[in-house]
Amino acid sequence: MSISLDEVRHVAKLARLELNEDELVDFQGKLNALLGHFEDIQGLDVSNQAPKPHAVSMINVLAEDIARPGIPRERGMANTADSKAGLFIVPTIIEE
Amino acid sequence: MSTQLTATELGRKIAAGDIKVQEAIDASCARIDANDEIYKAFLTLNEDVQTDIDRAEKMLTDGSAGPLTGVPVAIKDNISTDGLRTTCASKILENYIPPYDATVIERMKAAGMIVIGKTNLDEFAMGTSCENSAFFPSRNPWDPDRVPGGSSGGSAAAVAAEYVPLSLGSDTGGSIRQPASLCGIVGFKPTYGRVSRYGLVAFGSSLDQIGPFARSVEDAAAISNVISGHDANDATSQPDSQIKLNGLKDGSLKGLKIAIPKQLFGEEIEEGVRHVIAQNIKTLEQDGATVTEIDLPSINYGVTTYYIIAPAEASSNLGRYDGVRYGPRIDADGHIEAFSATRGSLFGKEVKLRIMVGTYALSAGYYDAYYHRAQQVRGLMAQEFERAYQEYDVIMSPSSPGVAFPVGGIQDQMALKLLDLCTIPANMGGFPSISLPSGLSEGLPVGLLLNGPVNGDERLLQISYAVEQALGFDKRAPMP
Repeated sequence: MSISLDEVRHVAKLARLELNEDELVDFQGKLNALLGHFEDIQGLDVSNQAPKPHAVSMINVLAEDIARPGIPRERGMANTADSKAGLFIVPTIIEE
Repeated sequence: MSTQLTATELGRKIAAGDIKVQEAIDASCARIDANDEIYKAFLTLNEDVQTDIDRAEKMLTDGSAGPLTGVPVAIKDNISTDGLRTTCASKILENYIPPYDATVIERMKAAGMIVIGKTNLDEFAMGTSCENSAFFPSRNPWDPDRVPGGSSGGSAAAVAAEYVPLSLGSDTGGSIRQPASLCGIVGFKPTYGRVSRYGLVAFGSSLDQIGPFARSVEDAAAISNVISGHDANDATSQPDSQIKLNGLKDGSLKGLKIAIPKQLFGEEIEEGVRHVIAQNIKTLEQDGATVTEIDLPSINYGVTTYYIIAPAEASSNLGRYDGVRYGPRIDADGHIEAFSATRGSLFGKEVKLRIMVGTYALSAGYYDAYYHRAQQVRGLMAQEFERAYQEYDVIMSPSSPGVAFPVGGIQDQMALKLLDLCTIPANMGGFPSISLPSGLSEGLPVGLLLNGPVNGDERLLQISYAVEQALGFDKRAPMP
């Protein structure tokens, strides 16, 4: 399986990564090399094998519904590049 | 000098009043000042260290001190420290100051330990050499022209350089054990879920585990006792999971059943490393252990499986870096363009590549062939190891296929990724794994990897202590 430059561009868009042409070409080569390596598991018979999503599985982890103090708003927001009146300023999503 | 002592020795001397906490910290800082221009283990030093010193001194006075009170520790810079910059060695978090402590930090402070500073890593823990740091590569105390390994290279170098007797790292595919091997020290990855990940910046959440670097198994056990145990803030934290050892007992290796998977003794392993491990095996057999070669074919698929699952999880975890809540923001026309511009210009190359791999592996049409299949292979691998643990006490191999290589010496991306070959199975299966320094090849340290079954941490540490004594490795980095 190999990946075209257009597919690399599409994946970059899905990943929200702005890449320049040089990077796109570089990543195309690297992705194709990795995908080539990944071929080794395609031939394995795992049809009866259950997938293992966790290292050590836990079921129904519940916590008591008790209010606990959280991080104060001003500390929680101290790292943002842009805020106003205690709110995060985000790039405009809906135009007027 | 107090920096040469192990953590437990230093803790005992502090408790006895033979060394003042202030003296121990001054000695540590002086050694960092004198050497870190060369080795570059640290990204940030804790300017507020006096608060920790005062707390430790108070504990010594009021009788609440423990075995590690007053002992300095270095922290990998992907573990959140309240008020102390935590960068993940990334431009996107260059000025990030966490508003809370990770659970492990909270617990170490409660035990009176002193956070001396934050150590360098491959950006977001993605790498095997510390060369992917956005700021600078760290250097190996055994040879400053060589890498300390990665991703927790700074934490490994800080202990090997005798700045501190203990440090914390995180291990997603080998990021504690491989640098421990390259730096000639002990590196321990506990069972998944026994040390809280709360406050560890997420990379591959089903694989990530915090663990210690130390210069002895005794020290690794002592700090594991402090940082482990259930934490309600981490839903994957296991109940009753504190790692408890009532002192490590001197023991012979008589009757110990060791398995060595033939897949980890092939041509991927450097000849010098193979030679050291062969000598180790002889020593352990002379001490009464039986060593049996076994076949674990799924190991051959470990690197592929890892480089699908870890990037897939990372592509999701790193979605939060969009320039809104933290980090600088690069404005553009439209919100998607702004997020993309911010991420595109502030993530490093390896991070971007892994996000791309993960996004691709999870995308429509490819999910079954890559991510789902990789999880099935992960299941296969875990089962193979579980079966082997029913017959053997430990599964043993080299920790790293090679010794420390020159900075810039490996350019081939696949060759760098293959450096995780020996360490990946423990992350896939969640079981505990420890690297012990076991000899030298070309004057550089070689590590011996011991794996044990899930939740067999105490027994693995006990066995490691006996193996450490049998091997008698006592070389230290040849530094000024």
